[in-house]
Amino acid sequence: MSAHATTQPTDTKTLWGGGTSPFGISYGKMMMWFFLMSDAFTFSGLLTAYGFMRHKFHDVWPVAGDVFVHFPFYDGHIQLLYVAFMTFVLIASSVTMVLAVEAGHRMNKKGVIIWMFLTIIGGAIFVGSQAWEWYHFITGTEHGAVRTFIKDGAWVTEVFHGANLKVNEYGHPLFADFFFFITGFHGFHVFSGVCINIIIFIGVIQGRFEKRGHYEMVEKSGLYWHFVDLVWVFVFTFFYLL
Amino acid sequence: MERDDVYEYSLDTHHDEETGKKVRKKIYQVLFIMSAVTIFEVALGLKLSGDPAYATFLKYTFISLTLLKAGYIVMVFMHLGDERKNLRWTILAPYLVLIGYLIYICLTEAIYAGTIRPSIEMLFNAGSGGGGHH
Repeated sequence: MSAHATTQPTDTKTLWGGGTSPFGISYGKMMMWFFLMSDAFTFSGLLTAYGFMRHKFHDVWPVAGDVFVHFPFYDGHIQLLYVAFMTFVLIASSVTMVLAVEAGHRMNKKGVIIWMFLTIIGGAIFVGSQAWEWYHFITGTEHGAVRTFIKDGAWVTEVFHGANLKVNEYGHPLFADFFFFITGFHGFHVFSGVCINIIIFIGVIQGRFEKRGHYEMVEKSGLYWHFVDLVWVFVFTFFYLL
Repeated sequence: MERDDVYEYSLDTHHDEETGKKVRKKIYQVLFIMSAVTIFEVALGLKLSGDPAYATFLKYTFISLTLLKAGYIVMVFMHLGDERKNLRWTILAPYLVLIGYLIYICLTEAIYAGTIRPSIEMLFNAGSGGGGHH
């Protein structure tokens, strides 16, 4: 952290002369940053493509607020409340993660265990919520929508419900494609983040990092976890709010 | 197993109780700011989203608040603000340049999308059965 700037040499010759880290950061952490940067490019590309297609088909593009209206144990429709809840859970789990990193800096094993446990729980709640939301989106409404297509040389009209990669009762099918792809890609990141956190969590309990003398692995998995939260902040804005 | 070929630069990342208190205070401050911003966004969306007069205002408010939240996550939670300046710009500069370019090219060239590939557009429209009750 900020300690590097004062304890390490600052003139260019000593800095890049070898035997020291010019960036004041360990190899693992720097590679995690590079990976996250490339991942950020992927998500930016996806969201930009989403914006492009949404603009192109704006007259048949669904309003996300009208699509995601379900809330557990409640029959009525509340716009986006559950998504707001999911966002809050992910931000909260990001905060518990940064508290775990802080506890690691003080070599406080118990603190790291507690905060990492809460982070894992938050991530699991988020992944579950996303599965639940997918279920409602795929099932659709009772009302459904009508589509007409040619089958065996004759026009057929049928009512269909919900959305998949081919049809979408709420509007343009590309909306469903982007929804499944972007939230699915992000959801897989959350899932793998939870797995990574569980592995590190077991290591913390076993005292592996206590023995090593520092909790930098918690910091590295923390970087990944914050990135997942960062992406969701953008997905929340561009997919649900706008 | 002990490895002596690996430089450890992370060993001086420890801090004492005193600093820990300060760091935690900062974390809770950021949590408060981000929760307030999210609640503000949802409330604003519920109140104004039906009114087309506010559409542009809402769009730019949401985007700038999102960038504010992203800044807090990257600079405080991911500690990029505490890293050295050269690392900070190694991470941020390529991103800002390339994504800025991507958005620019989409905004300026997107006007041709409808004219250059009409057949693709027809394909998409024929496939869509939805929008029946909208």
